[in-house]
Formats: sequence, C-alpha cells, structure tokens
Amino acid sequence: MTVIEARGLRKAFGTTIALDGIDLRVEEGRILGIIGPNGAGKSTALNAILGLTQYQGELRVLGRDPWSERDQLMRDVCFIADVAVLPRWMRVSQALDYVAGVHPRFDRAKAESFLARTDIQRSSRIKELSKGMVTQLHLALVMAIDAKLLVLDEPTLGLDILYRKQFYDSLLNDYFDRSRTIVVTTHQVEDVQNVLTDLMFINRGRIVLACSMEEFESRYLEVTVRPEQVAAARALRPVNERQVFGRSILLFDQVGRQQLAALGDVRTPSIADLFVAVMGNHASQPQGVSK
Amino acid sequence: MNTQSNPMAESLAPAAASSASTSVTRPFYWSVRRELWENRWIYLGPAAVAAVFLLGFLISTIHLPAGMRGMSVDLHHRDAIAAPYDILAGLMMLTTILVNVFYCADALYGERRDHSILFWKSMPVSDLTTVLAKASIPLVIVPLLAWATAVAAQCVMLLLSSAAMLARGSSVSPLWTELSFFRMSLLLLYHIVTAHTLWPLPVYCWLLLVSGWARRATLLWAALPVIAIGGLEAIVFRSWHFAALVGTRLIGAAPAIDFGSPDTFPTNPMTHITPLNFLSGPELWFGLALGAAFLAAAVRLRRYQGPI
Repeated sequence: MTVIEARGLRKAFGTTIALDGIDLRVEEGRILGIIGPNGAGKSTALNAILGLTQYQGELRVLGRDPWSERDQLMRDVCFIADVAVLPRWMRVSQALDYVAGVHPRFDRAKAESFLARTDIQRSSRIKELSKGMVTQLHLALVMAIDAKLLVLDEPTLGLDILYRKQFYDSLLNDYFDRSRTIVVTTHQVEDVQNVLTDLMFINRGRIVLACSMEEFESRYLEVTVRPEQVAAARALRPVNERQVFGRSILLFDQVGRQQLAALGDVRTPSIADLFVAVMGNHASQPQGVSK
Repeated sequence: MNTQSNPMAESLAPAAASSASTSVTRPFYWSVRRELWENRWIYLGPAAVAAVFLLGFLISTIHLPAGMRGMSVDLHHRDAIAAPYDILAGLMMLTTILVNVFYCADALYGERRDHSILFWKSMPVSDLTTVLAKASIPLVIVPLLAWATAVAAQCVMLLLSSAAMLARGSSVSPLWTELSFFRMSLLLLYHIVTAHTLWPLPVYCWLLLVSGWARRATLLWAALPVIAIGGLEAIVFRSWHFAALVGTRLIGAAPAIDFGSPDTFPTNPMTHITPLNFLSGPELWFGLALGAAFLAAAVRLRRYQGPI
C-alpha cells in the first residue's frame, strides 16, 4: 500500500522556493530518511505531509488530502516535529490524560509501560524535565498510538548520544513493524544509517538522490586507494575524492567490488560521506545530479 | 473524495462508526479540560477575590458591634443589609471581565508563541473543536464559575452575619427576609448571562480572532482598530458613538434590566428584568452574528497558523 504519494509538490514562501516540484512515493513498511542541508525544504515537505502548510501539486497521505483533512489524518499519523513542542506547563499525567482523551488509538497502558523504563515522574511538569526526558515522554506517547505513519522532524536534535541511540533502538524494537511507516529527517546521519530502509537527499527543494538502502549498499563503494594506484583509480571516474592523512579516499558509483579491491581497501561508505559527495557535486552543477 | 475501493478506509469504517458519537464530544471535553489546566487563574482568580472579600467581611462583622447596633434601625432597609452582597457581586463581574479579556487575548496566541501548537495539531482534534473549546471559556465556563463562586461566598457571608447577630442576641429574621437570597442569586445569574456573556460576546470573539492573528501585543492589535475608527469618527463627525458602543459592550451595559434609579444594583430584587426587551432588540442579534463571524474567521485562521 502506498502511504505517501506526491506529484509535483511545490511550495514557495514569497520568492523563496522551498519545494520545487517533488515526486515522492513511500510504501507501507518503509523507514525513509530525508537528508538535506539547512533550508533544503525537508521541514516544508514534512509540514505539507502533515497538513500544516498549504502546497501546490498533488499529495495524498493514506489516501487523504492532508491540508483539508488534517484532523482525520491525525488519527493515523503521528509526528514529533521538534523536541520542544510539548507544552511546558503540562504535567506528565495531564499529557497522558489528554492524549488518552482525544486520541481513539492511544493505548495508555502501553505508554505507562514505556514511561516506567525512564526516570520520568508522573507529577513532573514538562518544563522540569531535561531535554532528553521530554523526547522520551513524547516518544512514549507516540509509540502508544496505533498509527500507520510516524513523521519525525529532527527528533533527536540537541540530545546526547545515549539518548539518541536509545531513541532509535526503542523505535525499532518496540514500535516498528512491517505495517508501519516512518519518515525521518535528521542531521545526525550516522545515527540512522542502520535504521533506514530508504534514503533521500534533498537540496534546494529538489530530490537529488533517492534509493533504497540495499541499492545504496550495492551501488556505492568507498576505496582508500594505495598511493601508486591513484591514477588508475581516478580513471574509473569516482564521484568524489577526498584526502585523509595524506591518503586518497575515492567514492565510486556502480563500479564492481573486485575491480576496486585491486586499488586499495574497499568499504561501504557512510551516508554522511555520500551526502557530502553528492551535495558537493550538486553545488558545482546547477542542473543537479538526479540519480 | 475518491470512490475507489480503499482497503485502508474499509478497515477503518467500523471503528469510525462506533466512535462517531464520542468523536465530537470527547475531543471537545478534553480541549476544555486542557484550557483549565493551562489557565488555572480562570477559577483561582475569582476564588481569590472572593476569599479576600470574605476575610474583609469577617473582620468587619467581628469588629463592628457598635456599627451593627447603629445599623439596627436600618435593618429593615434592604440596601443597608445587601450592600456587601452587592459589592461582592460587582467584584465578581469585574473579575469576569478581566479574566475573559486576558484569557481571550492569549488563547490562540500562547500556543503559537510556545510552539505547542505543533503538538496540539498532531492530535486528531479539528481547528473548529479547538476554537470552540477556547471560546467556551469566556462564554460558558468563566460566567458559571464566577456565579457559583459569588453565590458560595454570599452563603458564607449570610451564615457569618447570622452567627454574629445570634451571638449578640438580635433577631436574624430581617436579614433573611429582606435579602431574599434565592432571588438575588437568580438575578445575579441572569445578569451574568445577559450583560456579561451574551452582550459582550462580540468583544470576546474579536479578542480570540486577534489572538490567532497577531504575532505579538495582542491586546494592542485588538484595540487599535477601535481607537482608529473611534478617532476617525471623532474628527469627521465630532461624535463618540463607536467608542461608546464598544465600551458599553465590554462593561456589560445591556438593555436586559430596567434599573429604575441609577444607583440601583442589578441584583436588587426591586429592579425589573426586561428579557423580552433584551431578546427582541436588534443589537443583541447583531452582536451574536458578529461574534459568530469572528469565531468562524478564527477557525479558518488557525489552519494557516504555525509557531511564531
């Protein structure tokens, strides 16, 4: 089943084009990571999907038009848009009461059991909790909702590495199953490398790269080239080259592993390495490197 | 809507049907609850005013035996007995106006300022439900709370006075007969509903609308058009009708009571309530229609608004 389908999604703020005709199709059971520099249009795309902003073009989320049917859509869609959105004056118990009151798919016992694993007190006000605890609370609330689609916009911004790891671990172990779909944007690319099933790079409102993680792993290889092999390696047209401690590291797209093994140490690049490579090329080529 | 078969929609249909009746009332109820959690001064404010007044009343009851004896000649006169009760009722109405003005000015502004609007919008609660829940605070909750607080405090006052008079061996019957407590409470309710809820309704709805639009200083933005139109009228026509109109709406000078003499208090049983006059006048209905239009605009506006 298709969870999100967008065709020619456009959004402009005055003369600034935030989304420049995006085509997107997310199937059920995928975890899509949308990666892009600041101001690339990630949040705008998510806001359109969540019915928080108007847009041009065609967009269906779970078969609904998000802008005109937001409240209906929110029965099946959850989002954590930023760590700071839970109302600061609210008590933890009130947050549980409220969500249990308004959300038909909220399982309070489940949320309580997630909270029991944390140090969060029911009587605390949200402003008294640390940033990591607020995210834990928000995640506990969201994971207890039997939703089809979970949208995470920089969910772990400003959290230390322990909280970040715990966040994605809980998400994968306690929440995700093949009937749910997750869309996440983050700058902490290394945290999500092993979480995602699909990857999308977006820059200046356009999709620069979109592939599944299997595709990513089979297409891209990074080689730490032995000095005497550098010229031979360059002849294979790497998509990127960088220097680390005087060694050349070259990134290849669709070049055979055996062929590259002769040149040096071969490994799968990190998403961050590919991101830097693709964005660097994209910046130098105004047309963009689409796929 | 597309009519294609949609497995998702079909699987949802039974659940949606069974929860249809609760899907409207439950979000509304919890949205009102959330307003009371966030703005505890809605009920603490009137309670605090009543408590302070009761303290003052207690002190005056204990410390003024001479005054009470001096007043004994006056005890058959309603006004002398009822004065503290009227003052309390007046204070409650003033508190109602203040609570409502400050609540409305922040209602749709605070959630944008603290970014919590993103959380509220992540819940399956429509903008209509949210705005109506917020509007119900000044239009239902605060008036009823203010009335209940006033009546509760007046009960305490009545018991305190009775106890003090019994302790001094004087008769309490004039207190109970002249005051006509039950009638006074009903009159206060009538006055709060007509003059302090229905009459100023467009003012509160206007404040709600501006609170959903302004990026800062909501009260200022709400007042500016009134000042501008009033000023224009003063310059062009040398009259102050518009400013007076808004002013009478806000302070609750509704044509719902015939005061008789200007000094009479609305809770005085000698005043004549004029509900037919109030209901048949075009001003009330014009005001309600204007208020509904402001609310509709506020609902629409909330769809477009995000954090500021």
